[in-house]
Amino acid sequence: MRRWIERQRCLVDFTVSSLLRRRGKNLGLIVVYTIIIFVLASVMLFSQALRREAAAVLSNAPEIVVQRMVAGRHDTVPAAYVETIRAIRGVAQAEGRLWGYYFDPGLSANYTLMVPADRTVEPGSAVIGHAIARERNGLPGTPLFLLSERGKMHKFTVAGILDRVSDLIAADLMLVAERDFRSMFAIPADALTDIAVSVRNPREVATIAAKISRILPDVRAITRGDILRTYEAAFNWREGMVLVLMTGAVLAFLILAWDKASGLSAEERREIGILKAVGWETSDVIRQKLWEGALISLTAFLFGYALAYLHVFRFDALLFEPALKGWAVLYPRFELRPSVDAFQVGTLLVLTMLPYILATVVPVWRAATIDPDVAMR
Amino acid sequence: MIRLTEVTKVFNQGRHNEHHAVKGVTLGIEDGRVTVLKGPSGSGKTTLLTLIGCLARPTSGRVHHGGRDISGLPERFLTEIRRRTFGFVFQRFNLIHGVSVLENVMLPAYPLGDDHGALRERALTLLERLGLDGKGEAKAEWLSGGEAQRVAIARALINDPQVIIADEPTANLDTALSRAFLTIIGELKAEGRTVILTSHDPLVCEADVVDRVVAMRDGRLTERELVEA
Repeated sequence: MRRWIERQRCLVDFTVSSLLRRRGKNLGLIVVYTIIIFVLASVMLFSQALRREAAAVLSNAPEIVVQRMVAGRHDTVPAAYVETIRAIRGVAQAEGRLWGYYFDPGLSANYTLMVPADRTVEPGSAVIGHAIARERNGLPGTPLFLLSERGKMHKFTVAGILDRVSDLIAADLMLVAERDFRSMFAIPADALTDIAVSVRNPREVATIAAKISRILPDVRAITRGDILRTYEAAFNWREGMVLVLMTGAVLAFLILAWDKASGLSAEERREIGILKAVGWETSDVIRQKLWEGALISLTAFLFGYALAYLHVFRFDALLFEPALKGWAVLYPRFELRPSVDAFQVGTLLVLTMLPYILATVVPVWRAATIDPDVAMR
Repeated sequence: MIRLTEVTKVFNQGRHNEHHAVKGVTLGIEDGRVTVLKGPSGSGKTTLLTLIGCLARPTSGRVHHGGRDISGLPERFLTEIRRRTFGFVFQRFNLIHGVSVLENVMLPAYPLGDDHGALRERALTLLERLGLDGKGEAKAEWLSGGEAQRVAIARALINDPQVIIADEPTANLDTALSRAFLTIIGELKAEGRTVILTSHDPLVCEADVVDRVVAMRDGRLTERELVEA
């Protein structure tokens, strides 16, 4: 074992010296390789982080949300529907919800206004998400003015700032009292935004949703699974779109890498001849070239991934935000919590390193099988 | 003892450019002596050297090393014999450019997996012995002809081989450097090593250190001269 380690150490030493000889060429290759890994890893990390955020949202989402439809559009639900739904067998709980979006023209951003079911907010006051607090300098005790759609100014006093459980849900959230909400959006007392339904047996969610739709034909019952699928589709579509745009760059890199890796110069062939003449086996030459490929691709991978991590979690995916963050129109700004998925790292590692290493080894194997007597000629 | 029996080497066999480089050579090379293969360019001496040094296999005939027939051994076994038994000094020295002198000297020992520190010490000792102390970190391409040859000799000695093979060792050296080379050959001989050279340089062929000169022409041995030291 010790002999094997010493042997690898010697090969790595020689590989590093060998790489340093063509410093410019190898550095250029590493830079391009790093950029490709950076872009791919950024897309993956960003989508992954958004999925996590979405999962955080959905973990607290009701099993079924009931919305009323008018001419194919979302409308308010009559409050009486709550009792009708509660009466359905298998329904554990049905709660009417009041929530909506408020567009702030000053900041060109949307807030989510909500009447909380689990806490009481005093009329005239508001509990706000940290993004709103940051943008509007909303410290507890300070006033916050909102202009309703009918042109009436509403004054709120900031009563508190929400915890950062999930930036995606908490960043733009503003919790207000029911009276203020209805007044702000002119929603009558017998109307609700939607109804959140929980079910006794999770396996019956689809059945209960079907029952609700049958009993109340003017509503649609959306299950948590439906929302999850919609999120997934949106993320996959966006991720796919960026990856398709990336294909050209990836192909260009593959051509560059293939050219560099597969085109052995006369000098390199001569060197292989010398190494074989002085006692290296074909497998030693291939092993050394494997180290060369591994060192280049691993260096590029580590740099690319580290830069992508910083780009996504430190600089808010500045470069891809417009393409990937559809929520930018809904949210003033939110920060993603860092998360790395081992499987995803492994996949990226294999997909980016393996082709390069193979492209390096195949021509070397062909060259390394030549007779060592070329060194004498 | 190295023994060649009716050894032939044909390049591009069966093609229009087929070339018989060595034709039915039978030769015995004794241990611990200095043998020179002498002949004009194209006489087949370098090809014969590659067959002796396990760098190539004969097309026909037998090559015995210490009584063992190595003519038909697979590449892997030939490499092992080559690595342990022979040290090579090539005509253009064939140092690897861009890497240090020390690394060039250590290269043949890398596949053996010896302790890196001990290997480095061994290489430095060899460089010192050949008057190259302080040159270890220099790049191979910065060396003069004489220095490059001494590095090539150090590289040939790193695995402590029994046989040293040198192809036209004085072809790129002036008289003084050629004499210095022959002095080193004398030292190697004194250590009990076998030395096989190719050369058509009279300075080498007529040197005192040389025990035997084997003349070649057109791939065959033409005469045998025995020069006792």
